[in-house]
Amino acid sequence: MLDVDRWREITDSLRTAKLRTFATALSVAWGIFMLVILLGAGRGIQNGVAHNFRDDATNSLWLYGGSTSRPFRGYGVGRAIQLDDGDYEAVRKSIERVEYATGRFYLRGEFTVRVGRRTSSFDVRAVHPGHQYLERTIITDGRFINDTDLDARRKVAVIGPEVVTQLFGRRDPLGRYLDIGGTTYRVVGVFTDDGWQSELSKIYIPITTAQTVYGGGNRIDQIMFTIADATGASSRQTEGQLRQLMSARKDFHPDDEKAIRIRNNVEEAQKITGLFDDIDLFVWIVGIGTILAGMVGVSNIMLISVRERTKEIGLRKALGATPRTIVSQIVVESLLITSGSGYLGMVSGLGLIEVIARYAPENDYFRDPSANLSVVVGATVILVVCGVLAGYFPARLAARIQPVEALRAD
Amino acid sequence: MLALEQLNKSYPLARGSLHVIRDLDLRVAAGEFVSIMGSSGSGKSTLLNILGILDDYDSGTYTLDGTVMRDLSEHRAAQYRNRYIGFVFQSFNLLPFKSAVENVALPLFYRKVPRRERNARALDYLDRVGLRDWADHLPNELSGGQKQRVAVARSLITQPRIVLADEPTGALDTTTSDQLMALFADLNAEGATIIVVTHEPEVAARTQRVVRLVDGVIAADGPPEALALGTTELAAPAYVDGAASSAGP
Repeated sequence: MLDVDRWREITDSLRTAKLRTFATALSVAWGIFMLVILLGAGRGIQNGVAHNFRDDATNSLWLYGGSTSRPFRGYGVGRAIQLDDGDYEAVRKSIERVEYATGRFYLRGEFTVRVGRRTSSFDVRAVHPGHQYLERTIITDGRFINDTDLDARRKVAVIGPEVVTQLFGRRDPLGRYLDIGGTTYRVVGVFTDDGWQSELSKIYIPITTAQTVYGGGNRIDQIMFTIADATGASSRQTEGQLRQLMSARKDFHPDDEKAIRIRNNVEEAQKITGLFDDIDLFVWIVGIGTILAGMVGVSNIMLISVRERTKEIGLRKALGATPRTIVSQIVVESLLITSGSGYLGMVSGLGLIEVIARYAPENDYFRDPSANLSVVVGATVILVVCGVLAGYFPARLAARIQPVEALRAD
Repeated sequence: MLALEQLNKSYPLARGSLHVIRDLDLRVAAGEFVSIMGSSGSGKSTLLNILGILDDYDSGTYTLDGTVMRDLSEHRAAQYRNRYIGFVFQSFNLLPFKSAVENVALPLFYRKVPRRERNARALDYLDRVGLRDWADHLPNELSGGQKQRVAVARSLITQPRIVLADEPTGALDTTTSDQLMALFADLNAEGATIIVVTHEPEVAARTQRVVRLVDGVIAADGPPEALALGTTELAAPAYVDGAASSAGP
């Protein structure tokens, strides 16, 4: 069907009607390009959000002390509830399905961290060994805090890669010492973390050591633990148990919401999943809108183009063109424009996404954008089919009118 | 060559219909040079379109080269047009985006003649109408007379049984018209059957036979000398020879 001559006739006609060709091509290419960018951006945001929460166990509950808002057993309101070692043990023993648990003791104020003459300021976290699982800390060298460290109140530290580069440069930090607020710690491990950038400049020390050195007694500021088989319902059940346990231990009203604060990460994670669904829905709605606009654009241009060529069609018929030749020429023309420009839009969109993925600085809200290839190809095919149909029907109509009438058209 | 018998054609109107051609009988033999004359509305263009299989008719028969042209499929009609008929239009109808030689070669494209042969033959025909040097020019770079000569070359390239020209001089000045008619006369002398539709007596006077149509009926039919053409001073063909080789306006 497509010999060289036919082909030349088609390319001639495309080259002649530059504006028409360009307009059709643009509407298809732009539609596909926007769709690719949209899909890529949606995916990028999802990846960014997912990444931030990757470093935290999504099956965890966090417990903080609060202050009472109801009088209870002779106590007034506004009493501060301070967590302590006993609470940590109680949570581990009494709450069902607890997997890993840790406390956190906050070092109050800025702590200057020093190695030789290099000083800097980092966030120091005093934790139990279980913290490694709660924060999904990845040990790259040495080890994490262990039970022996806690029992012996050892002055040891596990540091992040940012701490290493700022304080040790290229030296191997393992076994070396650093000074936190006047106390010397030996570095026993280096870790990395997939989550927020700020996680990379943390220092972990044993909670017992911190309580002793920085005057904490048996106080704990935050208790975190993971539960097995975490679902929305089971996590709320655990939340209830926790509230009950604490109210018994700390003498506050069981319904006092403010005496302790519980952060339920299982529910948070579900919210994030819901957010993903919303982003997906949004991308689909806008994407379908873009494709529809492209479809209308292509169809319009093809309709006009055939109408414009009524006279040409009449002449070609007078010279011996059969309706089939005419229709097939127009169909192949539109096939050529739409598929060529669709491909162009696809490639340039994917290219731009690739460039963004490669050169855009890493940040917490956007990463690894990518477009679903089969969706993009599918959309291109839809536009191509639309273009072809929008060329086919009016062309068939035009090829049917008597040449004499077509020749009269202007 | 062609024969019309009891041919009728009418166009539907909002109320009733317009009977354009009434019981028309006409025979044209091979090698004739005929003009069809008539005022506007006389049915002459309709007749030409029927002859050119550009339009259909209601009743009667149209026989072209022994074949009855009736109820043709689009495909057959296209084939007959391509094989039997060459068209020359008042408004030239050249494709603006094709060069002169490509325009001339176009009918052969639909006959699936290879490009090289097509263009070689097109050049021959352009040479015959005196436009070989203009082969690669686009229509808008040509004068009206040149365009019409390109159209004539195009009508001839398929070596049709008849050449149908619809007001071919309508868009041309007098000098150019004369040259075109001289070209037609030359071609006719070489054996082409030519039918020209015109309302200009000067043009009709240059043909061998004039058919005068009035309200869809043949009112007169005979050599131009025998008919009173209204403009007696132009009745005699004075410069038929040699005009074809002159190079346009």
